[in-house]
Amino acid sequence: MTDPTSTATAPAPEAPPDRGTQRRTSEVAVPLGVMAAVVVALVLVYAVGQRATDLVTQSIVTGLLLGGVYALVSVGLTLIFGVLGIVNFAQGAMLTMAMFLVYEMTTSGGLPVYVATLLAVPIMFLFGVVVQAALLNKLTLAGSHEGPLLVTLGLSLLIINVLLMIFGGRPLRVPGSVDGSVEVFGAVASYERLIAFGGALLVAVALLLLLRRTSFGMSIRAVSANAEGASLVGVDVRRIYALTFGIGAACVAVAGGLMAPFLSLTPTVGEQFTILAFVIVVLGGLGSVTGALLGGLVIGLVQTVGALYFPGTGSLILVFAVFVLVLFFRPQGILGAPQ
Amino acid sequence: MTTLTERPTTIAADDPRLKDSSATRSYAVLGVLVAVLAVLPFLLDDQTETVAVRTLIFAIMAVGWNLMSGYGGMFSFGHAAFFGIGAYTDAYLLVQHGVSPWIAMVVGALISAAAGTLIAFLCLRYKLAGPYFALATFAFAQVFLLAVQNIDALNRTEGFNVPILSEDSWTMMQWKAGSPLYFWIPLGILALGLLGTIWFVHSRTGQYAQAVRDDETAAASLGINVMRVRLVTVAASCALTSVAGSFYTQYYFFVGPEQGFGSAVSVNAIVPAVIGGIGTIWGPLVGALIVGPLSEWIADVLREPPGFLSFLEGLSGLDVAVYAALLILIVLFMPKGIYGTLRDRFRS
Amino acid sequence: MTLLQVDQLTKSFSGLRAVSDVDVTVTDGEFLGIIGPNGAGKTTLFSLLAGQLPPTSGRVVFDGQDITGWPADKVAGAGLVRTFQLMRPFESMSVLENVAVAAHHRHRSRRAARRHALEVIERVRLAEYVHAPSGSLPTAGLKRLELARALALEPRLLLLDEVLAGLVPAERAPIIELLREIHADGVTVMFVEHIMAAVMALSERLLVMAEGQELALGDPQEVIRDPRVVEAYLGEDYA
Repeated sequence: MTDPTSTATAPAPEAPPDRGTQRRTSEVAVPLGVMAAVVVALVLVYAVGQRATDLVTQSIVTGLLLGGVYALVSVGLTLIFGVLGIVNFAQGAMLTMAMFLVYEMTTSGGLPVYVATLLAVPIMFLFGVVVQAALLNKLTLAGSHEGPLLVTLGLSLLIINVLLMIFGGRPLRVPGSVDGSVEVFGAVASYERLIAFGGALLVAVALLLLLRRTSFGMSIRAVSANAEGASLVGVDVRRIYALTFGIGAACVAVAGGLMAPFLSLTPTVGEQFTILAFVIVVLGGLGSVTGALLGGLVIGLVQTVGALYFPGTGSLILVFAVFVLVLFFRPQGILGAPQ
Repeated sequence: MTTLTERPTTIAADDPRLKDSSATRSYAVLGVLVAVLAVLPFLLDDQTETVAVRTLIFAIMAVGWNLMSGYGGMFSFGHAAFFGIGAYTDAYLLVQHGVSPWIAMVVGALISAAAGTLIAFLCLRYKLAGPYFALATFAFAQVFLLAVQNIDALNRTEGFNVPILSEDSWTMMQWKAGSPLYFWIPLGILALGLLGTIWFVHSRTGQYAQAVRDDETAAASLGINVMRVRLVTVAASCALTSVAGSFYTQYYFFVGPEQGFGSAVSVNAIVPAVIGGIGTIWGPLVGALIVGPLSEWIADVLREPPGFLSFLEGLSGLDVAVYAALLILIVLFMPKGIYGTLRDRFRS
Repeated sequence: MTLLQVDQLTKSFSGLRAVSDVDVTVTDGEFLGIIGPNGAGKTTLFSLLAGQLPPTSGRVVFDGQDITGWPADKVAGAGLVRTFQLMRPFESMSVLENVAVAAHHRHRSRRAARRHALEVIERVRLAEYVHAPSGSLPTAGLKRLELARALALEPRLLLLDEVLAGLVPAERAPIIELLREIHADGVTVMFVEHIMAAVMALSERLLVMAEGQELALGDPQEVIRDPRVVEAYLGEDYA
């Protein structure tokens, strides 16, 4: 018998009879619809937006590149949120931590920045595994919502302030990356940002392959769908949780390394990314890597093109407006359920 | 048809099992506590009194946050929104229109209650629960922060300075620096907040709120209007936090977007309550008494650190790092907080 | 006098009809037993009547009032109260507080609500646990607590969802006795149960459901001899 209590809280129990087919169509329709809406909005900006054409083009290019960076931070978060159900408030702080790792390796160790990034990946992975195993597993398995939220909030404050104690609050720069830029349709795009964008795509593809083509990825998806069931068929849920958090942290390490060249580093530089990443994760759909990528690009565009009309931090209001609307009207995001 | 009310009750009105001294005891504790704290201004130097006032502001916020998140089970990550509304309502009405802070405090509380109720209604209407509710409240607080930074009438990123008067004024809530009134007013607000909490917890609505927190479906099946109970709880919580914000502006003579609406403010409301004990009457106060003076203690230690800690001399960030670590440890090992855990141990 | 009238009540989940065109009339003061194999739609029927779920179609009239689609709290307030098969105590509260929450519905003051609650607690013989945390109760105690909370609302119609499930036989008899008392006090009861001895001992009429539909309704002794009922329970192979 259908459990009346669970259906009472589940969204939209009165779906029409042919829900199966409807869902399959919406799986394609919604992302396509979103992309179409974005394109239409951009065309409108060009046509009747009363802004100079080259300015708009520059905003779009900047927005897409920025979106790539956002996506890079978000893919790790969507994995953690999707599989463990943890709202990781420390994601931004972990990003900062990765940047400072890269900074330290380039300045003290004399390594090129992208080599340092590669080295930062296993370190952050290990950090993530330890955090989940030591601090979060107990709470996650107990099904607590607030516990992990509070622990990651504490972790975020801890990381930021330890970095503050070690490096101080003055902005720092990572030296020696690839200078220069190219022109795309008359808009300027720096190499550093293009590399970051490419990195985002690479990480997303690697993650998708890992989740879809490996038995380890299969275990992660099994745990994500039903932890109890997975444990019954012999999956070590604690281990999967720890490794998943580790992968989430490794993604952030890549993001940190690729972003470090064009940001000035302060202990709080990553904080703004935490909430933006959540916006993107919710927008893209919980646990969906492609959704995070798409969501990142959309949010990047909303921010830069929006800035043509709402200068300064005003365009961020637009971002949050999108967030709240998505939460209310399509809480499952653009790309529905995980994978 | 027979109904139960028509049966003569078999329980004597003074049945000993009906005795419930917990409310009376809490009121008594509160009375003693306020009396003891009230003499502090005579004992503390100006520097320490500043710390004490800051602690009281933390405590008021935490008591307010606890109503909604502890007793109501709706975990707010955006209480900065209501602290900020209180702070800015006070500043705006005072600076632009010369309105007395006492009135502004009430107006701010009403606006906060309305805003909080609306936000909570939307979140609950769309069935956001657990982490989604927390994220939504966080997002709303961020929207408020960004909005304030972009509204000319609210001086954008500049914020407001409260004009300093040359003489004491009750109407304008201003006295010479170090006046005990700057301590007594937040103490009075805190006392009212705790009084309200004790009353609420034992009232019908408060009992309903706790029932809804424990099991929403069961509560509804017992005739409780879940939405109404939740919104009442939220309104009270937001109003109290707002008053803390209004007093903040008066005490520091300044408020800017980050001081009012910054995410650190939300954290300041959460951390004392968690450390002291969520969903308990005294937990938020206990937590504030630990967190409030913490940075001062640490600054003291760092001024002349003992030998083995000398490497810490002059570092900033240690105070927050310590309370972040404390937060993590408490959540892991004392999920009911310091007060909640001690109380349970004492009972059994 | 008719207390509850259910017309063509239907609930579909994604095309699957959990409850399908059910018609039942319950008279004031009656004890109606409901049985059926797992998945027959018994609990869903209760959820529809008590307002946990909105029906897809059909009508529910309680005490002369059309309550179709009313939210759970309003239905309970009107005097139609249900219990849950899986007990749902308010775990942070004591037994007395649990029941007082329900008693508050008719008593605004804390004192009166607690007094009434205590009375109900004595009535369901839970007095030894008055101040115990509700989470610490044994299963039988939790069942009594479910009953006590429902009774504290002074219901006119009580929907009991498997109050005997999970109890050992020795624990069942006193609960059956208690249900008899409650019924004798004038409360109308609808009673979903698998323990046939209890069903037969208590029910004045018996409703059999299968696959969401009403299979038979009438005198318990006659109904259980109905070949369709036998078939539904034993499966077609044995029919």
